[in-house]
Amino acid sequence: MQDTKALLQLQAVSRCYQSAWAKDTIIENLSLDIAPNKMTVVIGPSGCGKSTLINLIAGFEKPDSGEILLEGKPVKGPSHERMVVFQESALMPWLNVYENIIFGPKLRKERSMAEIKAEAEALLEKVGLSVFAQQYPRQLSGGMQRRAELARALINSPQLMLMDEPFRGLDALSHELMQDFFLKLFEETRNTCLFVTSEVDEAILLADQLAILSNRPAQVRAVLDIDLPRPRTQEILNSPEAYAYKRQALELLYEEALKNFQREGKPDDFLEAYSQQEGRHS
Amino acid sequence: MPDISPSLSNPSLLSRFWFHTRRNISNPHLYLGLLGIACFGFLYYLFTEGWPLPRFEKLPGPVAVFTEWFSPDPMWGISIYSEEYYQHIWASVRRVGIALLIATGLGVPLGLLMGWSKVFKDYSFPVLELLRPIPVLAWVPLAILMFNDTETPVIFLATLASFYITVLNTMLGVESINPNFIRAAACLGSKPHHLFLHVILPGALPFIFTGLQISVGISWFSLVAAEMVSGQYGLGYLILNSYTSVTYETIVIIMMTLGLVGYASSALVRFVGRQLMQWQARALALENR
Repeated sequence: MQDTKALLQLQAVSRCYQSAWAKDTIIENLSLDIAPNKMTVVIGPSGCGKSTLINLIAGFEKPDSGEILLEGKPVKGPSHERMVVFQESALMPWLNVYENIIFGPKLRKERSMAEIKAEAEALLEKVGLSVFAQQYPRQLSGGMQRRAELARALINSPQLMLMDEPFRGLDALSHELMQDFFLKLFEETRNTCLFVTSEVDEAILLADQLAILSNRPAQVRAVLDIDLPRPRTQEILNSPEAYAYKRQALELLYEEALKNFQREGKPDDFLEAYSQQEGRHS
Repeated sequence: MPDISPSLSNPSLLSRFWFHTRRNISNPHLYLGLLGIACFGFLYYLFTEGWPLPRFEKLPGPVAVFTEWFSPDPMWGISIYSEEYYQHIWASVRRVGIALLIATGLGVPLGLLMGWSKVFKDYSFPVLELLRPIPVLAWVPLAILMFNDTETPVIFLATLASFYITVLNTMLGVESINPNFIRAAACLGSKPHHLFLHVILPGALPFIFTGLQISVGISWFSLVAAEMVSGQYGLGYLILNSYTSVTYETIVIIMMTLGLVGYASSALVRFVGRQLMQWQARALALENR
């Protein structure tokens, strides 16, 4: 395999949902290359079809047209080569943390149980959950659940990690700590990752490559190379370079978000609601 | 990490039992419950024996009932000392047990299938919904026509109502499973039979047990109704028999017995459910429930 080539290629992918009354195009002619051992962050206005994109790459849904290639081979259905880390935790509540982590390898039986056990224990150590191995997910805090879920994904050594706003719903402090933790993990392993988010700060902090999606139907509006030194910490967001990237990304996003309001004929309503809100706060 | 986590021990069955016993004894719930029962008993005494209301005149009061119930030499033959009493209880418990086994054994797989396969549900759901509103007692003639002996129709009738409940709850249980669990399992390399065994079944289990709790109760009352119509033993039969032989104390003894046995059987289902679903019991315990 040539290392310089993209690991995953999306070629003119389209996806629409058809109901009896209307056809709703979510993604249209979207093309994107995901480089190996890089963090590609996808950001877009809310409701633009980011989750649909993840579902397509994961193989939960099929594109209506276009192709998704992993190392040149078309993607067919879900596989452990492309592990998804979901928006809300998707740990099985009836299995304890350890059983959750070994769920995949145990089913696929590619390795001996001793090997699986050893790796699970190493991973538990890495995500700082060794003591909690026998606990059930609902007994853990939100941050711990997300770390357990990362471990469950990593044990399958996926070629590509698909992260669908994985830290959403955490409180501000846990959110930041999870970002730090995830950043460190990525910088250690360099596991190719597609990270979907709707927060610009998070995007700049994590990304090597930042893909900005347009409003629906989603297309890649721009791809920015985020050339900030690694290892990174939250501090890097205060640098002028990061600030410049942020400005650039926000400008593009703002344009797209605005289209959303105009298309639905909402700008006046929006402004009205906004000014009311302002009035209440002051 | 600012994680606050609960205690990490995995207590044994015995220590859990002790914990719950101690907690129940030190909790006001138990005493309030007993007080409630005492109040009810007092009102029952007051209106039937102490200061009988015209409407309740003919009813046997608690003193009469308990005297009969605990008498070594009962006037009408039924007390805790008579062998016949336990024969009737056993006959009914056995029927409910068999009915529940059949209802669960058929209902759970059917419900799982209906929740799992959209097409199968399309076929079977309307049939179920058409059959379900038919009262159990309306089935009595057909049940007797179908089964020639006296035992089977009674079990059939007791099975029927709990079967519907079990199917419906199991189906809802499957439908309630977070689709992300199924997606995650697919990602992790599950084949359909893995999905069924490791996601669908455990995911539906809480609903299955809720259904089972309801169906124990339903099974008891359809059983008693069925025993009143056909059958030669059992608590329902005894009630009707006592009515025709004008032994009203016995009727109330049997009613109280039904209450106790019914309570015990749903407590048993709850207990088994808790043992099977520690993951849920512990999550609920964290919320202090």
